[in-house]
Amino acid sequence: MELPPSHFPAARAAAVAVGYLRYLRGGPGRGLQLREVRSARRQDIDDVGHKYYLELELEDVLDKGSTVNCTAEVLYHLGSKTSAPDVQVTVQGELRSTEQADKEFYNRIRSLEKELEAENIPGFILVPDSHGNVPPELEPIHLLAWAASGYVIWQNSTENTKFHLAQVKHVKQVKRSDEDLQFDYVLLLHEMVSQEVLPCGVSVLWHPERGARVCHGPGSA
Amino acid sequence: MESFLVFLAVLGVTSTEQLFVGDQVLRVTARNEEQIALLRVLGEQEELQVDFWRHPNIPGHPVDLRVPFPNLQGVKKLLDFRNFSYSIMIEDVQIYDWMDVLVEDHPKLVSKIQIGQSYENRPLYVLKFSTGGSNRPAVWLDTGIHSREWITQATGVWTANKIAQEYGQDPSVTAILDSMDIFLEIVTNPDGFAFTHSSNRLWRKTRSINAGSRCVGVDPNRNWDAGFGGAGSSSNPCSETYHGPHAHSEKEVRAIVDFIRAHGKVKSVISIHSYSQMLLFPYGYRRAPAPDHQEMNELAKKAVSDLAAVFGTKYTYGSIANTIYMAGGTTIDWAYDNGVKYSFTLELRDSGRYGFLLPSSQIVPTATETWPALLDIMVHVLEHPY
Repeated sequence: MELPPSHFPAARAAAVAVGYLRYLRGGPGRGLQLREVRSARRQDIDDVGHKYYLELELEDVLDKGSTVNCTAEVLYHLGSKTSAPDVQVTVQGELRSTEQADKEFYNRIRSLEKELEAENIPGFILVPDSHGNVPPELEPIHLLAWAASGYVIWQNSTENTKFHLAQVKHVKQVKRSDEDLQFDYVLLLHEMVSQEVLPCGVSVLWHPERGARVCHGPGSA
Repeated sequence: MESFLVFLAVLGVTSTEQLFVGDQVLRVTARNEEQIALLRVLGEQEELQVDFWRHPNIPGHPVDLRVPFPNLQGVKKLLDFRNFSYSIMIEDVQIYDWMDVLVEDHPKLVSKIQIGQSYENRPLYVLKFSTGGSNRPAVWLDTGIHSREWITQATGVWTANKIAQEYGQDPSVTAILDSMDIFLEIVTNPDGFAFTHSSNRLWRKTRSINAGSRCVGVDPNRNWDAGFGGAGSSSNPCSETYHGPHAHSEKEVRAIVDFIRAHGKVKSVISIHSYSQMLLFPYGYRRAPAPDHQEMNELAKKAVSDLAAVFGTKYTYGSIANTIYMAGGTTIDWAYDNGVKYSFTLELRDSGRYGFLLPSSQIVPTATETWPALLDIMVHVLEHPY
């Protein structure tokens, strides 16, 4: 059945789809967010769950001039509190390349003498700070956290939740012997329906060619 | 010229910010005459630049002391060393000082009234914009009822400046204020606001103590007597949507209820929140459309369109229950059920990237784009008397 795009059931499913896509395609040089739900449909599948079909308009926060369209399917499993929704997203057209920015970030972090930890940067333990400020050198770290939060959001969403990343409480780089960068984050997630703020620890691997991978699931901080 | 004036006014706020950022008002209790004497001496130290909002007089009576930010640490060390008991009464004095300046600058238009006190006894101030008359129909605006939504208090300040400037300049503002009054409560939850500065930036609720629980605070937007205790509110004091022991239990809510009831001619309530970019109207406590749904929906559509015209920011609109979630005990449901037809809630920027921690660089753009939406509502109220 058709759903009003501005009503919350479509909006919640869209948030899951965008979270998933942000994880897959986001990173230190790209942050994808929802601009508008163009259309939404819901199908109730007996003994399986509720499946949402969405047409979404997105934008890259680093490339605000242009928009990206995509279609998405989000299947919430019936009665399941432990199973993540199944999500499929198809992006129409190309996303702006982040190759340059990714290489620069990768090289900058690899060349640091001491592993990055937000506490090393005076005054900026929390990202953003109380006034929403993110120091420029931490912006890619923040975007990577936002991408990783997409994984957590996707994994933990139900039809009765809507999560957003509220703040990065802590980030610490972990030295690795392979080519990946590893960052251990403590994220604060805001859940819109209950209004609760929930801490969540997540380890993220990232490489310019391999993208972001969350290497353990979320646990509490 | 207009934007230059606005820019100057905002600069005025900003430069006040430079003077007052981080200044605190400490409430000190002197236990004996010796401590009273010590406080007086403290006040006399010129280089500390402290001033008393409530003077040291009798032991046991609270003394309120404003301390400029650079001297805070030193003064607190001194108080600790001398075994004074004190608490931080007001963090960031800027908004309170700015209010007084606004009133001074526009004495024929703006006045400051106190409608009550918070749980921790902070004053609840409301700015009244009026060109005279007696008990004119009025619009009520509030910001900051949820303390972590900092963009709202900031938007309240910008909007107050804007209203003061535009009277006599902008035809709509002039027409509105020639027939109606505007009431604007900016720091609607001052205890919560203080707490977001001193302890937890993401604090939402009031700071009232809950009997029998270690958890503090009630959600002031679930505490109103409309669908109180219903879906979308919690009976658990530890919850962010705890509705409180009974409707209007919170002094901050009660003060507004009493004010609006006593006034008798409030025609619109606009309660400003963040984030999600939405313009909402009743009901939250039931799914059935409100009797005036059609009219509210049309007005919301127009307001959202005029907002988007400024910078392209997209808002959705509709009833609370359809657009965001079921919620019992909200401000605008109470207002609507008590005769205030044009009751709206705004959820300002953004859509989740920064959420409550919206960068301060977005304050002016947010307030700027919200202004035409507010005007649309107020003009509609003016043109549709009831």
